[in-house]
Amino acid sequence: MGMTMVQKILARASGQGRVKVGDVVEPRVDLAMSHENGALVINQFNEIYRDTGRSAKVWDPSRIAIIFDHRVPAESSKTATNQKKIREFVAQQGITRFHDIRGDEGGICHQILPENGYVLPGSVVVGTDSHTTSHGALGAFAFGIGATEMASVWALGRVLNVEVPATIKVVVDGELQRFVEPKDLILNLIGRISAEGANFRVIEFHGSTIRKMSTSGRLVICNMSVEAGATGGIVPPDGETRRYLRKEAGVKDLPKLFGPDRSAPYDRVIEIDASKLEPQIAFPHTVDNVKPIGEAAGIRIQQIVIGSCTNGRFDDLETAAKILEGRKVARGVRMLVFPASYRVYVRALQKGVVARLIAAGAVVMNPGCGPCLGVHQGALADGDKALATTNRNFKGRMGNPNAEVYLCSPAVAAASAITGEITDPRSLEPAGKARG
Amino acid sequence: MSKVVLKLGADISTDIIYPGRFMATVLPTETPQYCFADLTGFNARLRAGEIPPGSVIVADRNFGCGSSREQAASCIKGYDLRVIAKDFARIFMQNAINLGLDMVICPGIEASEGDEVVVEGGKLVNETTGRSFDITPLPRARQAIIDAGGLIPYTRKIILES
Repeated sequence: MGMTMVQKILARASGQGRVKVGDVVEPRVDLAMSHENGALVINQFNEIYRDTGRSAKVWDPSRIAIIFDHRVPAESSKTATNQKKIREFVAQQGITRFHDIRGDEGGICHQILPENGYVLPGSVVVGTDSHTTSHGALGAFAFGIGATEMASVWALGRVLNVEVPATIKVVVDGELQRFVEPKDLILNLIGRISAEGANFRVIEFHGSTIRKMSTSGRLVICNMSVEAGATGGIVPPDGETRRYLRKEAGVKDLPKLFGPDRSAPYDRVIEIDASKLEPQIAFPHTVDNVKPIGEAAGIRIQQIVIGSCTNGRFDDLETAAKILEGRKVARGVRMLVFPASYRVYVRALQKGVVARLIAAGAVVMNPGCGPCLGVHQGALADGDKALATTNRNFKGRMGNPNAEVYLCSPAVAAASAITGEITDPRSLEPAGKARG
Repeated sequence: MSKVVLKLGADISTDIIYPGRFMATVLPTETPQYCFADLTGFNARLRAGEIPPGSVIVADRNFGCGSSREQAASCIKGYDLRVIAKDFARIFMQNAINLGLDMVICPGIEASEGDEVVVEGGKLVNETTGRSFDITPLPRARQAIIDAGGLIPYTRKIILES
């Protein structure tokens, strides 16, 4: 029997010819990523070395990436002090892939890693963030771990006691309709299989729709695989992966690409006809509470958020700007836009995307996680309904347990900003006509 | 024997266990104050010291889904509570094992707040209703970490033996 993508990656990373589902391995880590929770990792790392008589040095400072994104610029003295502690640790350990709060290199970790070429196909990436699954878009096995687990990785350079996960194969064929986006595809899948439908499994994406999808779109579907409980999402790398890494990420030496074996064992195969998909909405308060947009039409919204590690990339901002061109954000609606990185932001500035968004009434904020996790930059009032391109709508997620969060694609978010209620972008009149 | 002090449904996310707005607080010594912060009544009882160590939280499926924040495990551990769920989300379960949180996977559990439950010979017994339920062992891949008392002592041991 052959091997799935993740079996092949784990076999290589643990120095074995082959591994079976359920085998326990200790894979070498190619990249270990943290953000502000690096402060806790440092604490746990020092704890490991306490009273050992050994000096607390990380196994390989060139394989650790730390990106400030969750609370930038710091919203509190506590965060500022955590960030300071991390800066000192980075300097002391010689960590080079450090992205501080800076316009020339900052952004959200799940955009910074791919756009800087830190993630290569076939590699093992761990991050102290559940959306580390994003990097499966480049053919890596990338998964989220906790801070203590990361402290152990910093010490040893491998993840201890990993059980080789089973894989669900998702085959997507057909052309997505206009204004139907990768976000709708992944929301639809999560709705079908539920928030625990892929628990302890990896989702491997196949089919003509995925082959035609940009890396930006693949990042969306792998990012949100974790919302179905998946350990990882992964797209077998191809010509698009090569193009992205060379042209956009500046990678010179690409590893040999590989996909799963034809005879790879899959736990389950799910087929999706992309041409039949409609825009999707995840209703409060679970990500798997997904309905086609028709069932959400007319729900009044007070805050729109476009951004996050899920949908804050250039194409997302451009889609929103095109829809908003010549139109205005409805009165009573706050539209907040968070580019996923400064590279995204600068490109959107150069292409006039930012100017169009601002002209329509949107507030363009600094790159970062923004209000997605409820810390700052866009809190909700009691009773508010937010419509967001982010990834979670749990009760209290945007900082207020007495508010509601609906999830959608950038196109739906932009269309809804115009009307002030959840709106199918396919139903919008051309801009000129709408203005009368 | 210990009392069920909180009964929860399915898909309890880490945002419920430890809301994101408190994430700047990271140290296990400080996280317990925000444990289930939005369940204000329960949080107040915890902080007032009204819930004895060893008390039980019972949940349905997929407990701890969502973010990887370790605060969700450390805040419960801070009160030495036991969590019994039908099953757990992956990252939460690993964090809990790494920190030595007392957790039990019990796919058939039926218990209400106030019931007394006990683990006996591989079964979970609800002493109040007299019913017993099978327990699913924690992943064998992680047994060595559990036996060592958590990932910090386990990793320390590996370093000292190298």
